[in-house]
Amino acid sequence: MAAEKMALAKAINESLRRALESDPKVLVMGEDVGKLGGVFRVTDGLQKDFGESRVIDTPLAESGIVGTAIGLALRGYRPVVEIQFDGFVFPAYDQIVTQLAKMHARSLGKVKMPVVVRIPYGGGIGAVEHHSESPEALFAHVAGLKIVSPSNASDAYWMMQQAIQSDDPVIFFEPKRRYWDKGEVNPEAIPGPLHTARVVREGTDLTLAAYGPMVKTCLEVAGAAAEEGRNLEVLDLRSVSPIDFDAIQASVEKTRRLVVVHEAPVFFGSGAEIAARITERCFYHLEAPVLRVGGYHAPYPPARLEEEYLPGLDRVLDAVDRALAY
Amino acid sequence: MTVESTAARTPRRSASTKSTAGKRTTARKGTGAAPGTDPQLVQLLTPEGERVKNAEYDKYVAAITPEELRGLYRDMVLTRRFDAEATALQRQGELGLWASLLGQEAAQIGSGRALRDDDYVFPTYREHGVAWCRGVDPTNLLGMFRGVNNGGWDPNGNNFHLYTIVIGSQTLHATGYAMGIAKDGADSAVIAYFGDGASSQGDVAESFTFSAVYNAPVVFFCQNNQWAISEPTEKQTRVPLYQRAQGFGFPGVRVDGNDVLACLAVTKWALERARLGEGPTLVEAYTYRMGAHTTSDDPSRYRGDEERLAWEAKDPILRLRRHLEASNHADEAFFAELETESETLGRRVREAVRAMPDPDHFAIFENVYADGHALVDEERAQFAAYQASFADGQGD
Repeated sequence: MAAEKMALAKAINESLRRALESDPKVLVMGEDVGKLGGVFRVTDGLQKDFGESRVIDTPLAESGIVGTAIGLALRGYRPVVEIQFDGFVFPAYDQIVTQLAKMHARSLGKVKMPVVVRIPYGGGIGAVEHHSESPEALFAHVAGLKIVSPSNASDAYWMMQQAIQSDDPVIFFEPKRRYWDKGEVNPEAIPGPLHTARVVREGTDLTLAAYGPMVKTCLEVAGAAAEEGRNLEVLDLRSVSPIDFDAIQASVEKTRRLVVVHEAPVFFGSGAEIAARITERCFYHLEAPVLRVGGYHAPYPPARLEEEYLPGLDRVLDAVDRALAY
Repeated sequence: MTVESTAARTPRRSASTKSTAGKRTTARKGTGAAPGTDPQLVQLLTPEGERVKNAEYDKYVAAITPEELRGLYRDMVLTRRFDAEATALQRQGELGLWASLLGQEAAQIGSGRALRDDDYVFPTYREHGVAWCRGVDPTNLLGMFRGVNNGGWDPNGNNFHLYTIVIGSQTLHATGYAMGIAKDGADSAVIAYFGDGASSQGDVAESFTFSAVYNAPVVFFCQNNQWAISEPTEKQTRVPLYQRAQGFGFPGVRVDGNDVLACLAVTKWALERARLGEGPTLVEAYTYRMGAHTTSDDPSRYRGDEERLAWEAKDPILRLRRHLEASNHADEAFFAELETESETLGRRVREAVRAMPDPDHFAIFENVYADGHALVDEERAQFAAYQASFADGQGD
C-alpha cells in the first residue's frame, strides 16, 4: 500500500488488516464486526479475508467480549475488541477495571495483557442517548490501562499498529464524528512514540491542548483567532494516559497561556488533571489560570441540544479571550 | 457438530430433563435435601463409604488402584490440614483473612485429580485443594491473605490462574482461554471454578453463552456449598443449578460433592467431552461449606447447628477412610504415617508464613505496566526522593 488519502475509519481498517496479516495471534472481536463490517464499517471486509476464527462476531454481551478477550490473551492471542458505542462500555467496565487493568501487576509481571479495546466515542453525529459520550476520564483514573485517541487518519493507522503491539491493555478511543475525515496515510513512515503529543500548529500567544475530535475544532479556532491577530499554538495530545506533560509544559513555557478542550464533562475530567499539573510545573510561567472548555455536568443531551453542549468555535474562542485578558 | 447432537450423547441428558428435579429442589426449605437420597445426584461412595454402582460413570474410575485411592485420601487430609493451619494463622494475626475450604475437599481433589498437566484452571479464592493438585506450593497461596502480594505464583508455571476475588469474573477468562485452545487445535481443556452465589452473576451467564456459541472446551465446576456468605442457594436460584446448562445448550450434571470418587469420575467425563470437541459442561458439586465464608464471617448469625451436623455425617474424608478400611486398601501404618506428614506440613506452613518478608516499598510501582508509563515513573521518583529524605533512607 503506497501513501494515499483515506478516511480515518478506513485508516483503522487498513491498520487492522495489516495487523491481522502480520501476526496470526491478532484477533478482531465484537458485535457485528464480521459480515456487516461494524456499524461504522471500520472492520469492513476483514472477516471475508481472514475468516470467522480471526474476525469474530460475538454474542451481544460486552462483559463477555472483554472477559473472553482476557482469556484469549492469557492463551497468547492479541485480541482487538470493538465496543459498539461509548455508552455501551459500562457492562464491560468491571472486566476492564478489575481484571484487564490489574492482571499484569497481580501476576508480578508474569502475565501480559495485549488487549486493545476500541471505542467509537464522542458526539456531534445526532445520535440517540448512550451513543455520544466521552468516558475517557473514567478509564484514565485506573492504573494499568493506557488510553489513546487519534485525531487524524495517519495517527489512527499508526497508533492502532502501536496499540496492538503494546503488551499493555490500550483503550483506543476513536473520534466517531471524524471517521469520515480524510488524511494522508503513509504505511512506510516511521511513527513517533505512541504517547507523545504533537504540535499541529505553531503559535506564540496561547496553547490550545486537545485530543481526538477536538483537535480539528481547535485548529478551526486557531484559524479564526488568527484573523483577529491572535497567534495560537495547537497541541494534539494523542494520549490521555499517560499524558505528555513535557510537551504541554514546553508549549506553555513559550505561550504562557493554556486552554484545554475536550468533549467530556469538565468536572473531574482530563482538563482538570492537566490544569493542576501544569499549574504546578509552570506556576511562574503562566500569565493566566489554565482554563477548560468541555461538556457540562449533565447527561449528554438529546441531539437537538448537542451543539450547545459540545465545545464549539465560539465557546473555545471565548475561553481564549478570557485567558488573554489576564 | 451441533449442540443438540452432542447433548443427545451425554449420559445425563435424560436425568437433567426430568421435570421432577425442579419441583423437588424449589420446594425444599433450607438446605435439607440429603445428597444420599437425591435421585439426580451422581454418587459412587455412600456416606458410609460403601461403593455403589453407577452405569454411566463407573468406567471413569474403573481402573483406579488402591494406591490412587490412598492418594486421594492423602490429598484431602493434607489439604484440610493446610486449611486448618491457615485458619489458625489468621486467628493468630499472621494472615489478614482466610477463606476456608473445610468440607469441600472431595469436590476440589476429585475434580483437580481429573485434570491433565496441560489443562488450565481458573479458580476463585477458595480452591486450595485444586492448587494442591496442580503442584502450587500451598505457602504461595498465603501471600495475598497475608498482604504481601495480590497473587503469589506464576499462573503459567502450573496452569493454575491467580485467585479471582470479584465473583464470577474468571469464568469468562476460562472461556476465552478455552476458545484459544480450540483455535490452536489443541486437545487440552479448561476448568472454571465458581460457587452457587456466582451463578447469579451476569459474567457466569455470559460465559455460558460464549462457551456454548463457540463450543469451547471448558468445564464449569460449580461448588454449591449452600451458602453465599449469609445467603442460601434459594436466594440465587429457583431451579437446581445444574439445570441452568440446558437452557444454554450444553449438559449439566449434579454430583455428590462430598464423594471424591464421583467428583473424579464426573469431571473426567466432562473433560473428555471437552477434549473431543463436544463443548462445555456444567458440573454442580453439591457440597457444604462447614466453616465460615471467610474468617470475617459469623455463620451462627444465619444458620443452625443441626444443618452442619447433618453434613458432618457426610464428611468427604471420613467417607473415603471408611471405604479404604472396609476394602482393606489402607492399614493403620498408612494413617499413622499420613498423620505425621500432616503435622510436618502444618509446621512448614506456619514457619513459611512467619518468615514471609514484607514486600519492598517500591513494589507499589512494579509491574503496573508491561511497557512502562510516564506517570508511574514520575511518582516512583517522587516516592524515592521522599524515602531518601529520612535519615535511614527507609521512610519508616
